Amino acid sequence: MSRKITIDPITRVEGHGKVTIHLNDQGEVQESRFHVVEFRGFEKFIQGRPYWEAPVLVQRLCGICPVSHHLCSAKAIDEIVGVSQSDLTATAVKMRRLMHYGQILQSHALHFFYLASPDLLLGIQSSFDRRNIVGVALDYPDLAKKGILLRKFGQEIIKVTAGKKIHGISAVPGGIHKNLSLSEKNLFYQGGEIPTIHEVMKWAQETLEFYIEYHKKNKSWLEGLALCQSNYLSLVRPDGAMDLYHGVLRAIGPNGERILDDVDYHTYLEHFAEDVKPWSYMKFPFLKKLGIDRGWSRVGPLARINTCDFIPTPLAQAALEYFRCYHGSRICHTTLSYHWARLIELLHAAEVIAQLLDDPDLQQSSLIVTGQRAKTGIGFLEAPRGTLIHHYEVDEKSAITMCNLIVSTTHNNEAMNRAVNAVATQYLKNNQELSEGMLNHIEVAIRAYDPCLSCATHAIGNMPLHVSLFNSQGHLIHERYK
Amino acid sequence: MKEVSFKIDGKTYKAPLGENLIMAAKRNGVYIPTLCYLEGHPCLGTCRVCTIRVNGRSMAACTLTLTENMQLEVNTSELQDMRKAIVELIFVEGNHFCPACEKGGDCQLQAVAYAMDMRVARFHYSFSPYRIHYEGKNIILEHNRCMHCKRCTNLFQDDQGYKIFSFINRGSKTRVMIDLDREKLLSAEKLREAKQLCPTGAILLQGGGFDRAIGTRQYDQRPIGVIPKGEK
Repeated sequence: MSRKITIDPITRVEGHGKVTIHLNDQGEVQESRFHVVEFRGFEKFIQGRPYWEAPVLVQRLCGICPVSHHLCSAKAIDEIVGVSQSDLTATAVKMRRLMHYGQILQSHALHFFYLASPDLLLGIQSSFDRRNIVGVALDYPDLAKKGILLRKFGQEIIKVTAGKKIHGISAVPGGIHKNLSLSEKNLFYQGGEIPTIHEVMKWAQETLEFYIEYHKKNKSWLEGLALCQSNYLSLVRPDGAMDLYHGVLRAIGPNGERILDDVDYHTYLEHFAEDVKPWSYMKFPFLKKLGIDRGWSRVGPLARINTCDFIPTPLAQAALEYFRCYHGSRICHTTLSYHWARLIELLHAAEVIAQLLDDPDLQQSSLIVTGQRAKTGIGFLEAPRGTLIHHYEVDEKSAITMCNLIVSTTHNNEAMNRAVNAVATQYLKNNQELSEGMLNHIEVAIRAYDPCLSCATHAIGNMPLHVSLFNSQGHLIHERYK
Repeated sequence: MKEVSFKIDGKTYKAPLGENLIMAAKRNGVYIPTLCYLEGHPCLGTCRVCTIRVNGRSMAACTLTLTENMQLEVNTSELQDMRKAIVELIFVEGNHFCPACEKGGDCQLQAVAYAMDMRVARFHYSFSPYRIHYEGKNIILEHNRCMHCKRCTNLFQDDQGYKIFSFINRGSKTRVMIDLDREKLLSAEKLREAKQLCPTGAILLQGGGFDRAIGTRQYDQRPIGVIPKGEK
């Protein structure tokens, strides 16, 4: 008799979702589904609002990565006011970049130290009560302190560039409404409550080294869990360098072959479509060229490490070379290597911030440019969790008539479903009970992608874990909550 | 002008006879919240946010002038809660989503709500249903934020002295409308004046807001209700 297992809700990710596992008559895993079960409908209720509200309104999708939505929306709205990215003033572009890399730094620090490190450092089988940032702080006080301060540094960068640590308002159509004063710049050199940029770079490097040692010691389970081959998608700079703010669209296959060869992101509708499943509010984007079954891609840190030719900052580039050398391949498919890739990006973000803080353009006063109004604006950005797409259409009266958001986590939807399936298949091979070990491993596999389900469905909520097991007649035969 | 004595919450103050009560209180460092009232203009008395108790009766302070030996109650907990309830009712009647409103930081309604420590409305939201009015050349009317204070309809005039805002419909369907022919001719300065005159974000201008950094907006610099020593 077939069965179905449900995990609801999943913990230590941003948003609300659950997992169901369906067994066939032989008791084998037939299908696993990662359901995202809440809905807010930003794309609908933004219709009718004036276009300049979009960067401020849409960022309310999320409290973790609002900067990504703010900037991606601002890039799209720049086009509505007839301003291309090359038209923006140097100060506007660099302020936005500084804000964005501050966001990457704080979000990656949040994920690694607060969300992922309890599993990695305390062990998946450790007590649930202890497996959190407090547990990490008790066992690894120095590391936890650095993690908290790294995040704080990123948030302070956001504050001086966006006006607030969360939900700032500085990116406006055609530019930015503030520059970086010298006193604000000095905050990041003088130490005290905020670490200096030099400390941040050192700590980012130390954390990466710490993780590499950890990875080496735990190679077998880290490289075996939820392994899957996939396509990878990200923006890259036209010369192939990693660029998290702007670039051309590159998609590669499992062997590194180009599927999208550095195309202009304004053509995304020619390349992408979205599938909808009745059991989830999160859509399934895919590359039209390859179809629904083969066209899904992974995005985010591991994808960017795979797609880029190089990283344009020296420490992160050295880390990338070591990463590729260690894995013995140009393309890495190891799901838990998302953590490693994330820490390389954290180091890269620190290096970029150091370069930008030193740039006198940030103190210039030319902030906003104007152009000829257009009806459509499309913005792409590499958010901490992957490729983010904002697309707006605006009528001649300034009202938004259409909004399409494809957020990073959505691209990873199929991959997360497969990750759950891989873990469930492994654990339910000989035993059809929902063991603690299985629940933990499913969570760890999903968490590697750092999914933000609030963004993905434009929904909100906490996310504890609920797993249900259903038989072939659809009857619930076992469920567990955590 | 002759000065007279009056009492606020049992304490004796002095102010010129016939002065508006809002100003007489302010002169003595006592803040009475207001929304429709605008210093130097005729009182409108529409919002009732300045409700105080005068000689035992609840009245709108902006509608009254000072007389000898007036006994005013301003900051009793009952009156504070009553005024807060009025502000909450304004919030639930419209759609005042401050996080995405370009008037944030410059909005008097938001500032008053902060000053009253309003965290949440105790009443049900009415889910204001209006579409944004984009028919003006420069002015956009966000009816869902209009609190019908009459500032724009009664106090705003164009350069030729014509009033260009007026109410249409009646009762709960009352809305502000603009004279589209005269609105086209407004100078940039007059347009800014219209936007600033609105105590909420109901009057917007084409081309956008969010033009000033957090920390530089009107109520970022000085929260409403803070009366520096010596300011009269």
